[in-house]
This record gives sequence, structure tokens and C-alpha cells, in this order.
Amino acid sequence: MATAFSATLPLHGSSQENRLLLPPTRLPPPSSFLGSTRSLPIRRLNHAHAARRSPVVAVQEIVKEKKPTNSLLITKEEGLVLYEDMILGRSFEDMCAQMYYRGKMFGFVHLYNGQEAVSTGFIKLLTKSDSVVSTYRDHVHALSKGVSARAVMSELFGKVTGCCRGQGGSMHMFSKEHNMLGGFAFIGEGIPVATGAAFTSKYKREVLKQDCDDVTVAFFGDGTCNNGQFYECLNMAALYKLPIIFVVENNLWAIGMSHLRSTSDPEIWKKGPAFGMPGVHVDGMDVLKVREVAKEAVSRARRGEGPTLVECETYRFRGHSLADPDELRDAAEKAKYAARDPITALKKYLIENKLANEGELKTIEKKIDDLVEEAVEFADASPQPGRSQLLENVFADPKGFGIGPDGRYRCEDPKFTEGTAQV
Amino acid sequence: IREKMWGILRQRGIDGGGLSLRRTRSALVSARSYAAGSKEMTVRDALNSAIDEEMSADPKVFVMGEEVGQYQGAYKITKGLLEKYGPERVYDTPITEAGFTGIGVGAAYAGLKPVVEFMTFNFSMQAIDHIINSAAKSNYMSAGQINVPIVFRGPNGAAAGVGAQHSQCYAAWYASVPGLKVLAPYSAEDARGLLKAAIRDPDPVVFLENELLYGESFPISEEALDSSFCLPIGKAKIEREGKDVTIVTFSKMVGFALKAAEKLAEEGISAEVINLRSIRPLDRETINASVRKTSRLVTVEEGFPQHGVCAEICASVVEESFSYLDAPVERIAGADVPMPYAANLERLALPQVEDIVRAAKRACYRSK
Repeated sequence: MATAFSATLPLHGSSQENRLLLPPTRLPPPSSFLGSTRSLPIRRLNHAHAARRSPVVAVQEIVKEKKPTNSLLITKEEGLVLYEDMILGRSFEDMCAQMYYRGKMFGFVHLYNGQEAVSTGFIKLLTKSDSVVSTYRDHVHALSKGVSARAVMSELFGKVTGCCRGQGGSMHMFSKEHNMLGGFAFIGEGIPVATGAAFTSKYKREVLKQDCDDVTVAFFGDGTCNNGQFYECLNMAALYKLPIIFVVENNLWAIGMSHLRSTSDPEIWKKGPAFGMPGVHVDGMDVLKVREVAKEAVSRARRGEGPTLVECETYRFRGHSLADPDELRDAAEKAKYAARDPITALKKYLIENKLANEGELKTIEKKIDDLVEEAVEFADASPQPGRSQLLENVFADPKGFGIGPDGRYRCEDPKFTEGTAQV
Repeated sequence: IREKMWGILRQRGIDGGGLSLRRTRSALVSARSYAAGSKEMTVRDALNSAIDEEMSADPKVFVMGEEVGQYQGAYKITKGLLEKYGPERVYDTPITEAGFTGIGVGAAYAGLKPVVEFMTFNFSMQAIDHIINSAAKSNYMSAGQINVPIVFRGPNGAAAGVGAQHSQCYAAWYASVPGLKVLAPYSAEDARGLLKAAIRDPDPVVFLENELLYGESFPISEEALDSSFCLPIGKAKIEREGKDVTIVTFSKMVGFALKAAEKLAEEGISAEVINLRSIRPLDRETINASVRKTSRLVTVEEGFPQHGVCAEICASVVEESFSYLDAPVERIAGADVPMPYAANLERLALPQVEDIVRAAKRACYRSK
């Protein structure tokens, strides 16, 4: 019986079936930018091709492929790096909670406890020039990307030594050096910005002819997946084949709104193929599984094959923010996920597979404890911003006269009033 | 130059006809401001040439918006750009304002210089989160690390009979946000110079055009046609000098104010007309200097009256030049209603030349 689903491929109907049989090399190379007027239907075919022969399928298959061969997923060095990063994320967030209750930190603070596997799994595969865009739960993303614990802690305390000199706060971690492009308070706001950063990477390669294969990773939550901007960007990222990975940190709760109560189809990974990109579901409490999926998604993006949607099933051990009493979540659910703590799981893996011993791991934990303590002391000792900082940095070019033809600010040119036009 | 100006007026004869009135105004402007130059250019061509020149000068500039490519622009502003620069630099987007505005902002974060077109600024409300939260505030929130060299442009304000949802003026909304620069050109020279300055500017710029001005021709000088021509952001222009009353306005209302100034001149009131050009930063010095000279102020805008641009100008003048004022400041704005469709009601809802003339006379204590 002909259902709606059998009609999903009208473009690839009988009249164009023969084109499917032609090897791609025989067709004129389509421009990668959809604005090209030539070869439009052909490119749609290629899209479908890409989606169908995408190497990224449900992650369980990839992991299953690896396990039987008995080779480990990571080396010792990689394992220790992952462990250290996750311990840093956890200790830092625990320290944030302490500092908040002592009054050193204020405003909205959203902690990442329990979700470290997602951040570590993805960001530790990126280079310095790759970009990360996050939401308000961004402390650990900034730390994983390379922003120092001191800078993040000072930013949270509102001190001038913070990564944004105290102007941004908990929800707005920006670092140009490490390409951490924020830190956005509105959910869904970061997704188009991340898509734009990926767009730039492609533009640099194709228009400016620079050697650029930077990818962008956009982190956001399950609540965001009901927001219009998410769908707009899935569409455009697939349309323009941008090097971006959309990572959904599905922790099942948007403040107090359960994902199942607010979403018609709760399986978010399915929304990827609807737009022509692979959608993957992965256990976000297992850093190794996340890392395997991330490797595939990142290399796909670097090769120019386009975006991927990765849904990580994860859980936040604390409430939405430090002001959230967290009464709606069931204790049994919390216990179930607490038993799957990603740090404990990795520790167990490392020890069982003889990649590290207890002593080495304890050393790492101690090192991180000292680091976080030192970050707190540093932040405590740092001064608050000076009064003049209130009015600084509203504009990059504050005098408001723009840049002249010689590339310098016009107002600095002594002959400015004789200028190019009478005023 | 003044003698020459009046000479031209006498030659052409002021018969009150619209066409000759415009010619005389153009002659006034061209005789006053430029040494030579009687070339005319429409605002549409001015904008097109500005974008074209900036795109050829800097490969990081690209255009993005609905119908900007194959359709040659919803109002034909981006005509010919797709053929010249290719689809890699002129993007026809899907109808996703929030999405493509965010993509533009993200591209600006990463170093490119997007020119994002909104089919009208009414549609920018779907993307206003990105204009304000991720573009305007970023340089501040990141303490100077991330600047956003983006231009948001498109027609703003009322057109002819397009109804309430297509006729709002957004100057006041965007101009209230620190971190944005808001420009409103009037003539072809303004359009060219300000758009070039906006594209070169390292901060987010909201560029409010006017659909009804697109087809109007203005004289343009040789220096304005030069590809390095730029107008400074934040400086107003005194379109017509006078000594009795100051009329401050922007965009299409400048044309109306100039016509009103002609009518007032017949009655012996010499009006100074200031074209703001830049709503943020507002050129308070020029406005206040003019008010100190004339002692009377009439502000005109097309948008809603409450919390409008005129309110800010009046407050600024009262704060800085109170003792110079001889009369209460007059505010002419659009009616405090969503724009009606019927042609006669629309005419009533927008300021007309007669309203400006009446207000100026009230300010000069010449009417009841």
C-alpha cells in the first residue's frame, strides 16, 4: 500500500532513475554551494547518496566492530588525557558549587556534573583552531577546549583576570585564542552562530583559497531540539554541506520539563536524516563510545562531507542550576544514572585493561585538586574590574566614524574634517 | 554660492509644482555642496554600487538574504551581484531569518564580513535575538576579544499600502541598544557613503533604508562616485541652513522636511533641516549647536511616537540646551496605531509636509 513514506523520494522517481546508475564522475561537478543554478537536481541526488551511504550509523555498530578484535579503543596516553579532563570538569564544577554557597559566585550558575563524557569525548579530538559553541552550561566546554581553570574561575568570580575580564560571567565564556565562541544564554542561539563559524571555514577554503579544514562543534540540550532555530540550521548546514557537528546533550530534562513531556518524537537522532545528514544516538555516559562517534563525525566534517547530528544520552547529577531545587526528578532515575558515572566507568576501564594503575590515577586527581584550589586562590586574590571598564568595549571602533580607505580609524586622521565629503 | 543658488531658483521659477520643486531642491543641494556635478543616481543604484565596490575590494565581504541572488534582490538592490561574484559570495537563503542571521553573526565572529539583507526590517523581528544578543553584545561580553563586523540592511518603515505588519519603523528599537550602530540614509550620496562605511566598520551596523526612496534620483558628485568614498558614522548633515527653527529628521522625512522648509520660506520662516544620517551614535553636537542658533526645534520621524527617536532628541536638547529654547520642542511622529491599509487612513497615519509646516509655525508662535 502506498503510504506517505513511499512518496518521500519524488525527485528520484522513474524519470531520473537512470541518473542513479551513472557513476558520479560522469556528471558535471556540481558547485558545493547550493546557490549554483547548474546541476540542482543532481546535487540533491548526491545528498541522498551521501545520506544513504553515510558511514555513520547507529554507534553500537561501530563499537561492536571494534570490540571483537580485542584491540583497545585508546592508548595509555589518550586514556590519561581523557581521565584528567573529566576529573578537571568534575572537580571544577564541585568547587563552583562550594563557592556559590559561600557567596563568592553569583547569578546563574549551571553545572555540568555527569555530562563530562560528552565534552571530553568531543573536544579532546579538536585542534586549537576548531571552534566550540555552547550554551549556558559552558564551564567544562571552555576547560576542555583549553581555557585555563584560573581564567574560568576568575570570570565566575567577576574579576578582571577572567577570560572575559568579568564582563561575561558564567553563561558567556568567550575565548578568541582557544576558539571558544561562547557561552549563550538563549537556548538555540548558539546553533546558528556555530553554523556561521562552520560556514566561515568552508568560505575560507573555497573562496579565499586558504588551507582550512576547521570544524565547529555545537553543544546544546534536548530542550533546544524543539526550537525553530535548530531546524533552520539543520536545513542550512545540510544544504551548504558545512563542517559542523551538532551535539545534543540529551539529559532528559529542560529545567523541570521532561523531554518526554515536551517532544512529539523524543528520538532526536532521527531528525538528522530528515534533513539529509546522518543522525547518531550514543551513550553519553561512556566517554569511549562518545569518542568513537566523535572521531567519525569530525573526520567526516574535515573531509567536507557535511554535518552530523549526534544525540548523546546523558544526565546531569545536579539540578538545572544552583538555584534549582531539583524536586521533579525521580530518585530512582538519578540513582540509575549515578551508577553509570562516566568517570568511574573510565577508571574501571583503564584499570581492567591495565592501561593505568590506581596510583597514577590518584596522582592525576591530586594534581587536579591542587589546580582547582590554586584557581580559586588566584581568583580570590584578583582585583575586581576598574570603574573605567564599564564603558569599554561596547564597540570595537568607539569613535564611531568608521575605518577610512587607508585602513585606519578615520578620526585618527588629522585631515579628517577636510575629508571625502562635506558634512 | 548663495547668490548663485537664489539665481537658479529665480531662473527655474517656483511654481509649486512637485517636479520643479524637486529640481530646484536638487539644484540647491548641488549648488551648495558640490563644485560641479550634475549626475544623478537613484538610491537603488547607489546601494548596488556600494555593495559591488566593497565586495570587489575585500573578498571577505559576502551577501546573504532572501532573493538576493537569482531574483536579483527583492527590491533589485543586489542586481547583478550573483553574475559578477558567483554563488560563493551571494547566497540565496531559505526563509529562515533566525537561522541565516545567526549564521551571518557566526561568520562575523570567525572573521568574515557578511552583509545580511532582510526583505524588510519587519522580518528582522524573527532574528532580533541574533542582532541584539549575539551581535551587539558580543564585543562587550567577550571584553573586546570578539568583534562582529556585520551589516544588517533592508527597507524600514512604511511603504505604500502594505499594511500593519510590513510598515513598522525600527529605528527606535535598534538605536536603544548599546553595541549597535544604526544608520538611516536619505539621498544617494548618503546611501553610498554610509553603506561603504558600514561594511568597513568593525562593529554590527543596522542599515535602515526606505523602500519609497529606492527609486528616487539624487544628484551625486564625482567624489561620491569614487570607490574609496565613505561618510563618517555619527555625523549628521545640515541639508539646508536656516535661522528660525531647526527641523531634525532622518530617512524619507528629510525629503518632506525640505519641502516643508520651502513652504515655510514663502512665509518668511527660515528653517534649518538636519539629516541625522546616524541614529546611533546620535550626533547630539550638531543638533544642539543648531538649536542654540535657532532656539526652536521640530523633530520628525515616521515611527511610533512613544519612546521614539524624536523622544530621545527632545530629551537630549532639553538636557543640554534648555536655556536656549524659546518654545517647547515639537515632535511629529507617525500615528500611535498599527498602520492601516486604506490609502486615506495611511496618509493620516504618517507625517505629511503640512504637519511639519504646522509644527514649525507653532514653534515660531506664528499659528493658533
